Amino acid sequence: MSQSHSEEMGAGKITTKAYVTGFILALLLTIVSFGMVMSHAFSRTTAMAGLFVAAFAQMVVHLHYFLHLDKSSAQRWNVIALLFTALLLFIFVGGTLWVMYTLNSRMM
Amino acid sequence: MNTNVSQNASVHTADAEHHDHGEIRTFGFWIYLMSDLVLFSVLFATYAVIGFNSAGGPTGKDLFDLPYLFVETMFLLVSSVAFGLTMIAMHNGKQKQVIIGLIITALLGLGFIGMEINEFVNMIHDGAGPDRSGFLSAFFTLVGTHGAHVTFGIIWIATMIGQIAKSGITEGISSRMMRLSLFWHFLDIVWIGVFSFVYLMHVI
Repeated sequence: MSQSHSEEMGAGKITTKAYVTGFILALLLTIVSFGMVMSHAFSRTTAMAGLFVAAFAQMVVHLHYFLHLDKSSAQRWNVIALLFTALLLFIFVGGTLWVMYTLNSRMM
Repeated sequence: MNTNVSQNASVHTADAEHHDHGEIRTFGFWIYLMSDLVLFSVLFATYAVIGFNSAGGPTGKDLFDLPYLFVETMFLLVSSVAFGLTMIAMHNGKQKQVIIGLIITALLGLGFIGMEINEFVNMIHDGAGPDRSGFLSAFFTLVGTHGAHVTFGIIWIATMIGQIAKSGITEGISSRMMRLSLFWHFLDIVWIGVFSFVYLMHVI
């Protein structure tokens, strides 16, 4: 009982392999992020876009391999809560940036 | 969530009820983590707005040491993996491995916090404290809030080491370990945002 009980977030498929795969992917994405900035090989816009993509990808890697989120029914409410929070983040951060960076034109 | 339990009253045994409680607690903790995410998002938004207002003082380019940050990031990432492997040991009922795993996780977490405190102390010593500019106020608030979370995570890990050493891996303890693992992995996810958008973006 305690076995299945404590594995509810992992839906019973927590394996060492998942953590090793997740670790390698996360490490690669971290190196890509740092490499893009430290090499100075990219323009500011490209580097910024690259950072966003790498950070988002790494967050997905962590959610999938470390937090074991997936599309299974056991995970449905966790995923729905996460998606709702993502919507809130988009409104908070996106809305704040939109308002604050267009203040000049708004105050004319 | 286990929908079978509510659909079929005949399987609604005491055991199933207990199972449901554990799931509800984990889900409740997940909701807490989501609310924490909202808290961090507001701090990120603040940093995004005033992060470039350095008031003639030092900017991110002057202050941030990227190789140092990379080592710090590795401490947290490896500790996250160490905790994952600890959870596998726990599912296999290996008490000794669980305690060793938790100690390793806590030490890596302490390494991370130690590096962060060292960075803060050096910055404040060089006149780049939170009172210097809007950029630094936002920086210390966001990174400090994350650091405080990690510190409480380490205290929680230490508590679990004590509980497991005393009573072994009971159902209650494995349920708490489940939530602690969510907390610890969650902090590493927030850190991805911190090193990408707080540090790296300001050094481009």
